[in-house]
Amino acid sequence: MSALLDVRGVSKRFGGLTAVNRVDFGLEAGIASIIGPNGAGKTTLFNILTGLYAPDEGSIVFRGRPLVGLRPDQIAALGICRTFQNIRLFANMTVIENVLVGMHTRVDLGLRDILLRGPKFLREEGRLWTSAAALLERVGLRASANEVSRNLPYGDQRRLEIARALASQPTLLLLDEPSAGMTQGEAAALMALLRQLVGELALTILLIEHNMRVVMEVSDRVTVLDHGEKIAEGRPAEVQADPRVIEAYLGRGSGDRTGRTRAQR
Amino acid sequence: MILHAILTVAAVTVSSLAVAVFPRSVLAFLLFQGSLLFVYLARIPTWLRATLLGVALLVLMPLIGAYNGYYLEVATQVGIFVALALGLNIVVGLAGLLDLGYVAFFAVGAYTWAIFGSPHANVIFGGGFPLDPVWFYVFLLFGLLVAAGTGILLGLPVLRLHGDYLAIVTLGFGEVIRVLANNLDKPVNITNGPKGITPIERPPTLLGVSYGEYFYFLVLLIVGVVILVNRRLEDSHVGRAWEAIREDELAARAMGVPLVRMKLLAFACGASFAGIMGVVFSAKQVFINPESFTFLESIGVLAMVILGGMGSIPGAVLGATAVTVLNLQVLKGLSLWLNELKNAEVIVLGYNLANLPTQFEPAKYERMIFGMILVLMMIFRPQGILPARRRQRELAELATPNPRHVVATPP
Repeated sequence: MSALLDVRGVSKRFGGLTAVNRVDFGLEAGIASIIGPNGAGKTTLFNILTGLYAPDEGSIVFRGRPLVGLRPDQIAALGICRTFQNIRLFANMTVIENVLVGMHTRVDLGLRDILLRGPKFLREEGRLWTSAAALLERVGLRASANEVSRNLPYGDQRRLEIARALASQPTLLLLDEPSAGMTQGEAAALMALLRQLVGELALTILLIEHNMRVVMEVSDRVTVLDHGEKIAEGRPAEVQADPRVIEAYLGRGSGDRTGRTRAQR
Repeated sequence: MILHAILTVAAVTVSSLAVAVFPRSVLAFLLFQGSLLFVYLARIPTWLRATLLGVALLVLMPLIGAYNGYYLEVATQVGIFVALALGLNIVVGLAGLLDLGYVAFFAVGAYTWAIFGSPHANVIFGGGFPLDPVWFYVFLLFGLLVAAGTGILLGLPVLRLHGDYLAIVTLGFGEVIRVLANNLDKPVNITNGPKGITPIERPPTLLGVSYGEYFYFLVLLIVGVVILVNRRLEDSHVGRAWEAIREDELAARAMGVPLVRMKLLAFACGASFAGIMGVVFSAKQVFINPESFTFLESIGVLAMVILGGMGSIPGAVLGATAVTVLNLQVLKGLSLWLNELKNAEVIVLGYNLANLPTQFEPAKYERMIFGMILVLMMIFRPQGILPARRRQRELAELATPNPRHVVATPP
């Protein structure tokens, strides 16, 4: 059986610091999470998967195609798209324009079509706007389509980032702390949305998440990173009980803090 | 709305009559230009706006040129700089790539026709030059392509650079082109060095119009095409990709925007507008030398884009017009007037102006006043005269706290 994503022995070093150390990692359908203390290498792994960093060693295969050496836009075209931990919207563009940029790899227009502005251009452009509006509808931002995105409330910005990532019709969606800064209620609503997307769009989602309640509820599988190494992997309940995970979060002999508060920062 | 319609028609009529009655009055011509701006901004139906602007630019302006040929020359120069500003607006305003050597592409276009459209090419190829003036039309396209190629050539090494670093490299590139033009008279004489190239052939005019009118209409046509191309690019996935790169390069890449191709496309598009106008410029001037393509010219075009409003097409048009008219007419008129006062030995506050030392000569005020206008504009209207809708918001960011910073600070 071939996995959707197969990461083998991937390492990334920054000077003397090994941010990701020979991580093996596989993904199939559903929702998976990566957890781990701050500085564990989770976001670095995302940056490697999306082509923003080149790994120092190791291989990544996505749907049978090697990813190492591809540019970020090529990887996006193959069907991996992401959101960012610290929101990176195109702040001065409108909400719908943000989603339209996300569709860039799916636009079938050349320079000539743009300059001639013939029926093909108008048809294609119309299609883009319609499906962008539909995506906004889906994440509940249809009413703010023409707002400048940096004027959106924080939670809406997070959802817009997800909509923008979905715009490229990914097979694998990487979400970097999507519920950060949200209330439990908002986070629960977001996770319901993610579940729905997985069901409807044949989408696989990989989450980085600090909110343990969210992680344990929504994930089919959980991978734990610490100091750049994978220390545990499995179903949420298994991982939760793993002594090495507890140690990574609490440290040896620190009895005054609970795992949950540390995990939620 | 009706009031506006009447007012705009009246403004255009009165101001063009004023120019006809006082053909040497700078004020009358400024009034005419102001009336066009009024037409653009007034709340009138689109058909009326289009008709008024069309009549003013296609009929009234050439008529005015019949009364005072210099005004047609001013209008032609305005058109040339409008095209330059629109080209730079793509690179700086949309894609956010600060280019301080933009005039280099103008030079490339100008030299392309200057070399082959003058006897100078005989020095290189032996004989058979200048080319027949009809070739001018081919060279409009050729100059555009050569400049676009030069744009890509500049783009390649600076792909990884941002902001200040990019600005310095483009500045250097602009200087390299100028220095090349200055020194490529040996070992093979390509540019004729500082002496410049002359006489450059002019295309055959049609229907017996004068050269002044011919170049005016040609420039007007090209500006029209440039505006159209600009608008179509801006309103497409390419324009959105450029803006995305300006906003957040990393996020744009992750969303599938091919950074290299889009940046090179921005450089090439911007350069091509300058290239085609360069060809027109060299034919219009008959003579070109490296002095026309100094760093100050690049800064001048950048000032037009910033003054008008970055990323805004109407802004670039207005900025180019304002700066060109300011330089050619208003400031010149002012210094002439001051000079007259001086020559007439007018006494101000008991001081005879004729005794002014040469260091305070009125001609020296021109640049100073221009500089002061720039400074005041940046203080009181940093977003430009006609800012792009979103650019305005970006600058307002400084005044109102970004909601992101308020809410999103991680606990």
